[in-house]
Amino acid sequence: MAIDQDTVRKIASLARIAISDAEAAAMEGELSGILGWVEQLGEVDVTGVEPMTAVIPNKLRLRDDVVDADPLTGGNRRDDILANAPAPQHGFFGVPKVIE
Amino acid sequence: MSDLTNLTVAQIRDGHRAGEFSAVEVAEAFNANVADAKALNAFIVETPDHAIAAAKKADADRAAGTLKPLSGVPIGMKDLFATNGVQTTAASHMLEGFVPRYESTVSQKLWDAGCGMLGKLNLDQFAMGSSNETSYFGNVISPWRRKDGGNAALAPGGSSGGSSAAIAARLCPAATGTDTGGSIRQPAAFTGISGIKPTYGRCSRWGIVAFASSLDQAGPMARDIRDCAILLENMAGFDPKDATSLDQPVPNWEAALSSDLKGKKVGIPKEYRLDGIDADIAAMWDAGIAMLKDAGAEVVDISLPHTKYALPAYYIIAPAEASSNLARYDGVRYGLRELPQGAGLQDMYAATRAEGFGPEVKRRIMIGTYVLSAGFYDAYYTQAQKVRTLIARDFDNAFGSCDVILAPTAPSAAFGLGEKTADPLSMYLNDVFAVPASLAGLPAMSVPAALNREGLPLGLQIIGKAFDEQGVLNAGLAIEERAGFTARAEKWW
Repeated sequence: MAIDQDTVRKIASLARIAISDAEAAAMEGELSGILGWVEQLGEVDVTGVEPMTAVIPNKLRLRDDVVDADPLTGGNRRDDILANAPAPQHGFFGVPKVIE
Repeated sequence: MSDLTNLTVAQIRDGHRAGEFSAVEVAEAFNANVADAKALNAFIVETPDHAIAAAKKADADRAAGTLKPLSGVPIGMKDLFATNGVQTTAASHMLEGFVPRYESTVSQKLWDAGCGMLGKLNLDQFAMGSSNETSYFGNVISPWRRKDGGNAALAPGGSSGGSSAAIAARLCPAATGTDTGGSIRQPAAFTGISGIKPTYGRCSRWGIVAFASSLDQAGPMARDIRDCAILLENMAGFDPKDATSLDQPVPNWEAALSSDLKGKKVGIPKEYRLDGIDADIAAMWDAGIAMLKDAGAEVVDISLPHTKYALPAYYIIAPAEASSNLARYDGVRYGLRELPQGAGLQDMYAATRAEGFGPEVKRRIMIGTYVLSAGFYDAYYTQAQKVRTLIARDFDNAFGSCDVILAPTAPSAAFGLGEKTADPLSMYLNDVFAVPASLAGLPAMSVPAALNREGLPLGLQIIGKAFDEQGVLNAGLAIEERAGFTARAEKWW
């Protein structure tokens, strides 16, 4: 399906990516081309076929409900977690003001 | 002493163990090659000190009699693996300057096995690309050149293009790669080296920057089959931190290597013989069939009827997963933040993502967002997942009559940088032979088999049953022994 620039802007907004008019114009053709090409999947008869959910049979595991069971992913890692934050403040992630 | 950088992983391991050279000598030799190869742009970060430190440890361990499986072997690490204290970027501006405080499971296993790190290898941005031209840190240049005197810069393949170029140029004896839709196999084919993507779930995804989680799988790239087996043994294994990790013992692939294929059946998929197939590729494929027959295998014709739908299904599923995975880059917790004057939270997200992602990454996030959006989800995403079931079923049926499948790795030899960047679709089509095995989660590898008329390497692909990496490696070994591929890129850098 060919998509227009308004649709491109709508998708960009959903994806939280700011785009210029020039980018929207370029993407109109590129995305339409790609979507038109993938639409050949519509010709495959999938009657009675289940969508793939797991490519290799595997059962989902539960771990024991223990605090800090894994030292790498457990708690008390605040400084490590904030180490790469662009604007940490007082031990928290800093963000622009969201309430007036 | 002969040049240590010509040694394979097995030769370095065994030679170090036997006392023929020190690990520090090996690390210094590779560090020198890395430092001398800036023109290839294969590394984003060089870590000579890491390599030397591991080498000193290896030499000490040898003296103490506590050698590890890969003591003394320096490797390259694709910059998609989180490395504690070393910048990890996924070749993106978004993660420029990101220094993880933890180590990926696969890289940790390699360090525990005694490896040292020569550096973080360049790649396509967030592993999205087939030529290494989407990296924020510039193109990797293949060490190979056409024999036409033109010296055109060629693509090393992608997304693991830094890995492939570095191994082919003897900057490292082996490297890690990741393969979502061919990103180990296609670059290996383009540069005359070997690489294996194991069964989905063999290698932990924990600490690997995520692209498409149902497809992403790490694997080794090296100069020969034995080295791939050695590396894979030390990368694979159950990891409770990855929900899709396989809880199975890791076989001793190296010890069980055998090129005797008596009693084995090799399937040749007719759908891979595309109209207008490159004559050199077709000739290489035929030669590969003859080699496997010579090794004792029986060759049978098979059909994988949904092959032509694999690529379009992939270009729905992979972008859909990417659009979800890459939602984490919001300018709040790590990575780039772009905060225009007076902007609120939503504007900060949009500005950060506009600035931090390159054009191909944006394109795929946009496609993924579209196919998952209300009203289109069933027509695109659900349909693609149903087709994926049919593609996996094709392989199941085919493996009823054969043990491994032989096909080309890519439809062409390495192309020139810039040749395919104007049209995203033409780039996507280069993965036509690699993507089906990815969608089915199967082990698959590329082994160098021939040079084309331009003097560029071509690779043969072997696809195996789930969990049968051994069958893939053994068929690869049978080809390696018979192809006698010893060509290497002449040094110009």
